[in-house]
Amino acid sequence: MTNVGVVGAGVMGTGVAQDLAQKGHTVVLVDNNPDALDAALGRIELECRMSRMLGGPEVDAAAVLASITVGTSLELLAETEVVIENITENWDLKSALYAQLDLVCKADTVFVANTSAIPITKIAALTSRPDKVMGVHFMNPVPMKPACEFIPGYHTSEQTKETVRALLESMGKKPIPVNDASGFVSNRVLMLTVNEAAFLVHEGVADAKTVDEVFRSCFGHPMGPLETADLIGVDTILYSVEVLYEQFNDSKYRPCPLLKKMTDAGLHGRKSGQGFYSYQSMG
Amino acid sequence: MSNDACTQIRTFITTKFPDVTFSDEEDIFALGFVNSLFAMELVMFIEKAFGTRIPNEELHLGNFRSVSLMADLVARQTSAAVG
Ligand SMILES: NC(=O)c1ccc[n+]([C@@H]2O[C@H](COP(=O)([O-])OP(=O)(O)OC[C@H]3O[C@@H](n4cnc5c(N)ncnc54)[C@H](O)[C@@H]3O)[C@@H](O)[C@H]2O)c1
Repeated sequence: MTNVGVVGAGVMGTGVAQDLAQKGHTVVLVDNNPDALDAALGRIELECRMSRMLGGPEVDAAAVLASITVGTSLELLAETEVVIENITENWDLKSALYAQLDLVCKADTVFVANTSAIPITKIAALTSRPDKVMGVHFMNPVPMKPACEFIPGYHTSEQTKETVRALLESMGKKPIPVNDASGFVSNRVLMLTVNEAAFLVHEGVADAKTVDEVFRSCFGHPMGPLETADLIGVDTILYSVEVLYEQFNDSKYRPCPLLKKMTDAGLHGRKSGQGFYSYQSMG
Repeated sequence: MSNDACTQIRTFITTKFPDVTFSDEEDIFALGFVNSLFAMELVMFIEKAFGTRIPNEELHLGNFRSVSLMADLVARQTSAAVG
C-alpha cells in the first residue's frame, strides 16, 4: 500500500484517486477549488455504485471514499510517497505548482506528471529532483483503462521508474514506455485528429454527429473524435493543441477557432454538461 | 405515474438520439447506440428527475434495458418511498 497524493480533482485526478483507492492505496486528493473536490467525491461514489452494472467488480463505495482524504492545501501532501499531478494543462499553473510541491513534499517523494502534451524533462526542470520526476499519461476514464504511456524524462532514475512501474502494476495498468516528446505518441496523433475534426464542423463540411458517424460506421471506432473531445474536455483539447504548437513551432498544430470559442463559452464537454453534444450533468 | 415516467425517460433518450426509433419495450442496448457512459447518464437522470436513489441491488443493466423496465424501476422506488 502506498500513500499517494493526487493533485487536481478534475476529470483525471478524480479517476486516478478512485482507481488508487479501489486498489487499496491511501489517497490524499488536493484541488485549489473546493467545488471540484465536492464534485469529485460525488462522481467517485456514483462510479463505484455503478461499477458492477458496467461489467466491473462489485465496489464498496464507502470503503473507497474512506481511503481518500480531500483538501485544498498542498501541505496535506507532506507525508506522501508519490504525488500524481493532474492540474489544468497550462504551463504557468504547472510551473507554479511544481515549485511548491518541491518545498512541501519529502525529498524522496516521486512526482508523476499526468500531462497531455508538456514534455516531462521540462516539468522535471522545475524541481530540485529531476531524477524523481516521471511522466505517466493515464487514459480516461482511468478506472476502466488497462494501459498508459510511461514516459521517463531525461534525468529520471531507474529507481523512480521502478517505483512508478510497481504502482501502475498494482493498479492493473500496463505501462507502455515511450520517449519524452511533446504529446508523446497518443496525443501527437489524437489531438491533431480532434483538432481537424473540429475544423470540419467549423467550416461546415459536416456537423459533429456526421463526423463521428463516419468514424464509427466506416472505421468501426467505438467513439468518433468529437465524442472523444467531449469525454476528454474541449478546453483540455485546446490547451493540448496549444502546447504542441508551442513546443514544435509547427503551424500544423494551429488550434481550430471553434475550440477556442467553445472553451471561452464554457462548452467544455461532458464535465460541463455541454460540448459538441449535451449531457446529463452531475449537479 | 408509470406512463408519465415512460414519457419522461423516452424524452430524455430521444433528445440525445433524435434519429433512433424504438418502442417502450425494445432493448435499447441491443440497438447499439447506448454505451456505458450513457448508461451512467441514465442513472443520473432517473435519480434526479424522480428524486430517488436507486439501491445498489437494483443497479444492473437488466433494469435499464428498455423504457418500460426503467419506468417499472422508478415505480418500485417511488412506491417503496411512499409505503
Ligand atoms: N481529460 C483527459 O482525458 C486527459 C487524459 C490524460 C491526461 N490529461 C491531462 O491531465 C491533466 C488534468 O486534466 P483534466 O482533464 O483532469 O482537467 P480538468 O479541467 O478536468 O481538471 C483540472 C483540475 O485542476 C485544478 N487545478 C488547477 N490549478 C490547480 C492548482 N494550482 N492546484 C490544485 N488544483 C488545481 C482545477 O481546479 C481542476 O479541478 C491535464 O494536464 C491534462 O492535459 C487529461
